[in-house]
Amino acid sequence: MQSSNRKALLGLTLFLILFPVVAMNVSAIGHYLDIMIFVGIYCLINMGLSLLMGYAGQISLGHAAFFGLGAYTSGILCTKFSMSPWLAMVAGVGITALVAYIVGVPSLKLKGHYLAMATLGFGVIVHIFFNEEVSLTGGPSGFSDIPGLSILGFSLNSDLSYYILVWFLVLLTLIFSLNVIHSRIGRALRSLHDSELAADAMGVETSRYKVMIFVLSAVYASVAGSLYTHYVGFLSPSSFDFFLSIKLVMMVVVGGMHNIWGALLGTWLLTFLGNEWLHVFHDFDILVYGAILLAVVMFLPDGLVHLVPRMSRVWKRG
Amino acid sequence: MNTESSPLFLHVENLQKSFGGVQALKGLSFKVSPGIIKAIIGPNGAGKTTLFNVITGVFPPNGGAIALNGMSIEGCKAREIARLGVSRTFQNVEVFGRMTVLENVMVGRHIQSRAGIISTGLRLVGMRREERQIRESAMQHLAFVGLENRATELAANLPLGEQKLLEVARALATDPKILLLDEPAGGLNTRETEGLAALIHRILEQGITVVLVEHDMNLVMDISDEIMVMNFGEKIAEGKPKQIKNDPLVIEAYLGEEVDYSDL
Repeated sequence: MQSSNRKALLGLTLFLILFPVVAMNVSAIGHYLDIMIFVGIYCLINMGLSLLMGYAGQISLGHAAFFGLGAYTSGILCTKFSMSPWLAMVAGVGITALVAYIVGVPSLKLKGHYLAMATLGFGVIVHIFFNEEVSLTGGPSGFSDIPGLSILGFSLNSDLSYYILVWFLVLLTLIFSLNVIHSRIGRALRSLHDSELAADAMGVETSRYKVMIFVLSAVYASVAGSLYTHYVGFLSPSSFDFFLSIKLVMMVVVGGMHNIWGALLGTWLLTFLGNEWLHVFHDFDILVYGAILLAVVMFLPDGLVHLVPRMSRVWKRG
Repeated sequence: MNTESSPLFLHVENLQKSFGGVQALKGLSFKVSPGIIKAIIGPNGAGKTTLFNVITGVFPPNGGAIALNGMSIEGCKAREIARLGVSRTFQNVEVFGRMTVLENVMVGRHIQSRAGIISTGLRLVGMRREERQIRESAMQHLAFVGLENRATELAANLPLGEQKLLEVARALATDPKILLLDEPAGGLNTRETEGLAALIHRILEQGITVVLVEHDMNLVMDISDEIMVMNFGEKIAEGKPKQIKNDPLVIEAYLGEEVDYSDL
């Protein structure tokens, strides 16, 4: 692994260790631990989106559906079939991967806006399924009483335990993703992003890699969905609608989609803004989101993460 | 590199390709023997790049046959043809702009490596060894074209001449037996063109057959063993440089018909 990535990983780990210590001792930000769990869950999805969009150059406006598929599979299997949550999570991954494969093979033949429309349509279809398949999903009102997770007989019943589990998985996924990026597979993805013609001529199986990374990103989203289900204990379709898909893409773009660290930064920033710092705007918060997105796309097309090397240069000079 | 590779014969028979109403290739036949430099020349729009695109599987022909050592490959996908030992460069440079120069060449090693998503994600021992080999081999190919000290730069930041060399290094990294160069000297200055001629000779010494489409006649006449001349999707002449130079059909295609002033 590159030394810059190693340093950033170390920094992130230190931050993650210190954060609960501070948050639990300062009552004004005591609930930040809860928000950080959601940040971690969305980070899982967005690392996959970053691989798909930033590295392979394929867009998806339907990732809320994969998040929802993981969540509902876990929720349904655990409540209606009393399955073990971990087994249900694996089942969710399997089902989501299969759906992603079936959807991905035809839609990834499309490019640009057409791919965006296809994935958007898929997201809407899944959302309708959650709403209408009442006997299975509980319909618009959803269902509750989903059991929490437990590890080796130790049940996770505090925010701190979920915080540790979620961010541990985020770190593992991050390391896995960084390893993939800095390998022949990562290079194949980036090459087909830059010139599909040349990538094909070099023998890269471009369509296979597009589907592979689409399925991988769906798997990340599915795991995130399962964690979400068990943490929240309640599911309804409104948590997995089209607007979530858009928000996820926005997080990745604002943070910087050509860099997986950007996805983490954007997720952290926009989740905190949405849950905490934009409440003063009430329903107008969507305007603030729009302004942020516009500003980033116009002035920082590589995202906020692009500011980091610039800032560190200024720091070293000053 | 691959000095001991078995020779590969390329046969093209009655090849046809049309785009809508335009017939870009009208029943073209020729062969390329191993171990030679073969140039394909002709006026703009003669179908030279279309020929390369059909051979390398960018799009399928409408008729005719292409064979490598007798095995027919027409209609094969580009990635399959790359694996059969035919690599290429592009007329309008197609480097991976946001990747470094070294990474570009490492993509060329893709078909010579096989680590999957799990072994790369977990950085298993075999994958690390393979990754080291990919890097070393890519470095060698960069040095071969003289770009080793550009390795860490972004490909998009190189001047055109070096991007063309980078494409050659990337194509060579696939360990091809036949290398197709599409206007390698386009946009190069005289000194760079001389360097290119030397490079093409060194590629030939590696046991790689070179087929090039080129407009620079000095270069073509200088380095080619055989020349094929195309016009309007057809072959109008084929032979050694000396024969081509004096072929009346070729002169006509390039300069127009000779006018017999005695009739005036």
